[in-house]
Amino acid sequence: MNSRPVGQLDNMSNESNAGGPRDSRRTLVVVPGEDLGVSEGIEAGHGVLVVDDRIISTKQGRMSRKGNTISVDPLHTRYMPRPGDLVIGHIEGCTNNIWFIDIGAPFNSILPMSLGPAKVEFGGTRKVLDIGDSILCRVQEVEETHQSVVTMKGMGLRKIRSGALDELDPHLLGRLIGKGGAFLREMKMETDCRIVVADNGRLWIDGELSNILEVRRRINSISSEARVVGVDA
Amino acid sequence: MGGYGDVRMIDENGLRMDGRKPGDVRPITIETGVVPVADGSCRMVWGTNEAIVAVYGPMEAHPRKIQRQDRAVIDVAYNMAPFSTTDRIRPGFNRRSREISKVTKDALESVVLLELYPRSKIRVSIEIVSAEAGTRCVGLTAASVALADAGIPMTDLIVSVASGKVNDVVVCDLNKEEDNYGEADLPMGVLPNSGELVFLQMDGNLSPEEFKQAWDYNVDAAMEVHKLMVKALKGGDN
Repeated sequence: MNSRPVGQLDNMSNESNAGGPRDSRRTLVVVPGEDLGVSEGIEAGHGVLVVDDRIISTKQGRMSRKGNTISVDPLHTRYMPRPGDLVIGHIEGCTNNIWFIDIGAPFNSILPMSLGPAKVEFGGTRKVLDIGDSILCRVQEVEETHQSVVTMKGMGLRKIRSGALDELDPHLLGRLIGKGGAFLREMKMETDCRIVVADNGRLWIDGELSNILEVRRRINSISSEARVVGVDA
Repeated sequence: MGGYGDVRMIDENGLRMDGRKPGDVRPITIETGVVPVADGSCRMVWGTNEAIVAVYGPMEAHPRKIQRQDRAVIDVAYNMAPFSTTDRIRPGFNRRSREISKVTKDALESVVLLELYPRSKIRVSIEIVSAEAGTRCVGLTAASVALADAGIPMTDLIVSVASGKVNDVVVCDLNKEEDNYGEADLPMGVLPNSGELVFLQMDGNLSPEEFKQAWDYNVDAAMEVHKLMVKALKGGDN
């Protein structure tokens, strides 16, 4: 969310060469509608469109080129669920056999009774997970219409009963985790906290209160540093 | 369009009451990320106009009857703060704010890739904090910056500028006196990269030549404003 300013990257298409700003050595910030060059021989990745043989950015973000594919990684975005994602959800409602889970996506997910944490009798969903509870779960299925199903069948998936929850923009998780998980491992060692990073940008931090506060302080600093455009993810 | 009577708004040197030439735009400042809890936001100061726009979503559309199975819906709420003008405005929606919300929504729908978010809703709140003239243009322009800031996919940004006629002279970006006592007003919404038009309204009378002149002023001004929008989104100072 909140973001801002910095770098004076002057990469407006009309001021760069005729082919558009397609230099993969620089991380370019582009805006919607910006011309990224001719589309011949190039595959359009996410965040771009091909219009009249030109590649056009559709999002504000950093342009990246991997092989022949050009895409734009947005600077801010909502979490979009993908099958297999580990997510932290809040119970928003329930019926006799289904829980509705808020996973921070455009749509609520459903957790069917059969995929719940324990054997539940029909009509007894609220005895197991009540409205307002938080759970660690995994996305099982996402339909084209964004409807998703989560499961609690799996190793480590549980109801969260202790510690604190925090949030970070999903696109900043890479910065929190670091290369090969180094940064996160270091933070866990230094603060002696259990930290579970979910793909939807929610974090479960468990440990001593003072340590939890220290972890939250560090997470907030990652958030505020990221508001500087030009700092790489 | 109250008619100018004996009010002179263009002097003998062709300058306007605020010292601008006919084709000049008022000073503009654009800032993004001003509402931390929103998914995207923008504060735009355009002359003495000031608009704050917050974008939330895409989110589940409620009530369910407004959901579209094949695309997202945009919910635009344009509102002028009671203290935004010299005469206090009664809080809440009125005929004018409903009209502006509707035209803004229609313009935004033509650039946002709604089909990527079926059954969801994108909420755009436009709050005019200080109003001088041309608030619908400021609101629409700021809304497109806020949508880009929220990471919503769009084919282009929208720049909206109004030109009009004052003392039989076509001028760009009308101020309050020119808007109140001038003879015509032509707000336009332009896509700067493709040159397409997504929003056009007209109040008053213009001859075909005057209309063409106003059109050209709007398009030229839109290109200038677009540079500032790009700079704001890329993190540069204005």
